[in-house]
Amino acid sequence: MKMKTKEALTGYAYALPILAGFTVFFLVPFIISIYYCFTEGIGNVEFVGLKNFKSLLGSKSFLLAAKNTFMFNIICVPLIMAISLMFAVLLNKKLKGVTFFRSFFILPLVIPVASVILVWNIVFDQYGVLNKLLLAFNITPVDWMRSKWSFWILMLIYIWKNCGYNVVLFLAGLNGIPRDYYEAARIDGAGRFTCLKAITIPLLVPTGFFVFIMSIINSFKVFREAYLMAGSYPYNDIYMLQHFMNNNFFNLSYQRLTTAAFLMALFILLLVSVLFKFEGRYGRNLG
Amino acid sequence: MKIELKGKEMSLRRISKILAAGKENIKKTACYFVLVLVSFCLLFPVIYMTANSFMSQKEIQKNYGTLMTSEDSKKAKPQYMSFRLIPEKVSFAQYYQALLRKPKFLQMFWNSIILTVPILLGQLIVSTLAAYAFSKFRFPLRDFIFFMFIIIMMMPFQVTLVPNYIILKKLNLLGSYLAVILPGTFSTFGVFLLRQFMISIPDEYCEAAKIDGASSLRVFWNVILPECKGALASLAILVFIDNWNMVEQPLIFLKNQAMHPLSVFLSSINGSELGIAFACGLLYMIPTLLIFMYGEEYLVEGIQLSGIK
Repeated sequence: MKMKTKEALTGYAYALPILAGFTVFFLVPFIISIYYCFTEGIGNVEFVGLKNFKSLLGSKSFLLAAKNTFMFNIICVPLIMAISLMFAVLLNKKLKGVTFFRSFFILPLVIPVASVILVWNIVFDQYGVLNKLLLAFNITPVDWMRSKWSFWILMLIYIWKNCGYNVVLFLAGLNGIPRDYYEAARIDGAGRFTCLKAITIPLLVPTGFFVFIMSIINSFKVFREAYLMAGSYPYNDIYMLQHFMNNNFFNLSYQRLTTAAFLMALFILLLVSVLFKFEGRYGRNLG
Repeated sequence: MKIELKGKEMSLRRISKILAAGKENIKKTACYFVLVLVSFCLLFPVIYMTANSFMSQKEIQKNYGTLMTSEDSKKAKPQYMSFRLIPEKVSFAQYYQALLRKPKFLQMFWNSIILTVPILLGQLIVSTLAAYAFSKFRFPLRDFIFFMFIIIMMMPFQVTLVPNYIILKKLNLLGSYLAVILPGTFSTFGVFLLRQFMISIPDEYCEAAKIDGASSLRVFWNVILPECKGALASLAILVFIDNWNMVEQPLIFLKNQAMHPLSVFLSSINGSELGIAFACGLLYMIPTLLIFMYGEEYLVEGIQLSGIK
């Protein structure tokens, strides 16, 4: 018993710096945040119950932002996972110079957004390079960032930037699958597609789980590009929850912001909990 | 007859072999074709930046006239930008301007370093200690706290924006570099990544050292740290890249523009400074490109670590 307490205390001692920092900069802010959700006013704060939630859920801009963020995730995350799995399989082949190509996939990860945003602006500007190219082929130019296209452009940038991260994760997962499995399957007469379905994909589930989480984290980061290319009030299709929160911060509507933040945090919490449950069960089945 | 048949068989087998080899070759060529094409798309922005940074101001003006004029004149006479991958005449004028003539760019580059390096060092120290605790000790609420770390790690910056702002104001840090450095230092990503690695170090190592009478600090210093060198390098690279990219935090927590890092300036660039922006954008890429060239293996390792369960 005494050993146990000693161990616990030592553990806390090593974790102390992060626990202190975490409490001051994340935990306390989070609790303040929750408190804000149920109040009104900046000077003399008043308790208003669920009023903030009601007005937020009735607000068109919030619903639009929530819908867009949701849509972006639901389209982009599966898409980037499929694309990166495809390239990981391609890069896993024993071709000459494959590591060389792998480097190119990682490169976008290290390039600062601030540097590359200039290029995107020039390419997708109304009078930009892409439109000039289209004109040369006699295609009517499009005002990319102020049309339906903006959503897909954002997605393209997201895939460009994050594909490498996922490819590396998937490659590690693929390398972890013993070659014998494939040989055994081939002896039993399994085709390439059967191998993919029966060996590769099931054994990649744990990796896929993490790729999924990282893809969601990274999809929230794409706000930076959207903001830098199209400003605080972009075209409707790419108005994300982060735009909403950012704008409310500058309008000093802190309660609206924290309420939205609270709902978003709750959603992420739920999603991760469900994922962990699902992953745990699936992992046990495999083991 | 017999011989003929044998010959026929031989040639048939040979043909099918050649055909199979041809099919393999076509497949291989197709793979390479796809890889080269994709690589070009992935590399394009870098190539484009590099090329443009060596153009003279005059050429930039000629190519991007539209972007450099004001909104009103744009409406009056729209003119498309021209696309050039090779400068007419290689010029170092933009670099000369950025490095020697306009100290504000160097200042902002320096600001980026002032913000990134302390975060990097701080996070390495804090998260190594914490990862040691979370991987090698049992204490109440350990797994719950770790779960919270993961949740916080996933949140976009905007979620804790207001309360963070209030705390920083209360601590009287708003407007100082510390307002960006401290929250960055205590980001939970490092703990997450290093714990994944430390769990894979066998407990027997620590037990053996303890039996020899080593204190927990000694075990940390002599057993855990030497094993973690690679993982620490990976974390350092990932943290550096992440914070070198910082835009939102300095924009909100540092009101004084003279304190902003180059990343903030580059992202708010306007027309007249476009030429210099290309040069600065490239200069800004250099540290991360160096990391990429010399630390790619560690970077890959770090990414893989984040995926180990």
